[in-house]
Amino acid sequence: MNRHFLTAVRAIVSKDLRAEWRSRELVGAMALFSLLSVLVFSFALELDKNAREEAISGVLWVSLIFASLLGFNRSLALEQDQGSLDALLLAPVSRSAIFVGKLLGNCLFTLLVALALLPLMTALYGVQLLDGWALLTTIVGVFGFSVIGTLLATLAVQTRSREALLPIALLPICLPFLLTAVRATKGIVSGAPPSEWRVWLQLLAAITIIYLVFCLLLYRFVLEE
Amino acid sequence: MTQHEAENPLAVRPQPRLLRALTIVSALGFAGTLVLGLFVAGTDIQQGQVQRIFYIHMPSFFGAFTAFGATVLGGIIYLWRGSEAWDRIALAGVEVGLAFALINLLTGSIWARPIWNTWWTWDPRLTSAAVMCLTYAAYLMLRAGIENPQRRRSLMSVYGIFAFISVLLTLFIIRIVPDTIHPVIVGASPQNAQGAFEATSGVVVALLPSLLLWLTLMPITLMWHRYRLALRQEAVDALKLKLLGA
Repeated sequence: MNRHFLTAVRAIVSKDLRAEWRSRELVGAMALFSLLSVLVFSFALELDKNAREEAISGVLWVSLIFASLLGFNRSLALEQDQGSLDALLLAPVSRSAIFVGKLLGNCLFTLLVALALLPLMTALYGVQLLDGWALLTTIVGVFGFSVIGTLLATLAVQTRSREALLPIALLPICLPFLLTAVRATKGIVSGAPPSEWRVWLQLLAAITIIYLVFCLLLYRFVLEE
Repeated sequence: MTQHEAENPLAVRPQPRLLRALTIVSALGFAGTLVLGLFVAGTDIQQGQVQRIFYIHMPSFFGAFTAFGATVLGGIIYLWRGSEAWDRIALAGVEVGLAFALINLLTGSIWARPIWNTWWTWDPRLTSAAVMCLTYAAYLMLRAGIENPQRRRSLMSVYGIFAFISVLLTLFIIRIVPDTIHPVIVGASPQNAQGAFEATSGVVVALLPSLLLWLTLMPITLMWHRYRLALRQEAVDALKLKLLGA
């Protein structure tokens, strides 16, 4: 990775951050949506004390993924509507720099929502989500599905029905993240010894790395012309 | 393109002799494995006649595996070389594989009714097999939603490669999440598997030919037919464009 690559990545990330700072439309919508989804789940599943420990990590991750769908879609749709994508393609930067730039922005926004959700859910449900390991799982997991989400959002904005297709494309493919992250979080929340859930965290990290390599290799085909 | 085709792109090119032979062999082979499974293999002591559905159930998954594998291969080669032929193969793989995967789900469901006493249960493996079908259904929806043919080909090649994750997940999920009730025939079944049976020599005699047939001849033959259909479709599209332009 040369300096040119890093400069391009930094430029894209700072552009996204500045746009978000001025409009505040992405993170706000995502945070509100995930909060609503947590509340809806608690009504729909009638989360009592016993059900909570079982279901809470699932509720957390599903809410996060739903919220991120909102963010990924918007982030890439904005690029396309404002013609910024064409400008990026004209610029002499590699496709993978564009990918990493968009990925870091998307990941950061989703992570902000997640960081708000963790203490909130801790307070609302009386489970211990404010824990170093839970935090690490959240960071790795959010990064993981941001990787595949950024690639598929780039794909989905090029289809006719755009927003409608991202959930259909993303949900089945990010299942490995959901599976491992939920299991790891569940183990951590229930206070099980690390030997029981550490393997899920390792698996999550491994899957993330595999997806990252594939996405870096394949992104240039998703974004050509 | 020959002179004849240029004048009439819809002209039916005769089936290659190899394809005709493959079709006949596959059909005969399918009939043969049905006879093996239904009459030659012994009746399972515990499960009775319903166990025979297994001779279709498991091979159909592996047929889907071959077809979806062809989608990955087609996708990789398309991205690498850019030849449309490989994209047609990828699409053929998705459609044939999806049909096989649905046969797999359906036969499993019919078997589960008497053995597990339910048509469906939210077991990890059943769930991931269902998700696999949905992934490829999503492939077809996405594909229909992209107008520019060249963009469609490269985007769907990428998606076809990622979609294979759901196939691998279905294969390996019982090793990762051991709390499944789905039996494993090759190797040891999970502890709480319901309705497992041993792969005795009688079972293998009926299973192996069926497995080989579904793994190779059936998907290849069907995909070849689907490939020819894609050619025909493209000719129709080209003709439509020409007529609209004229």
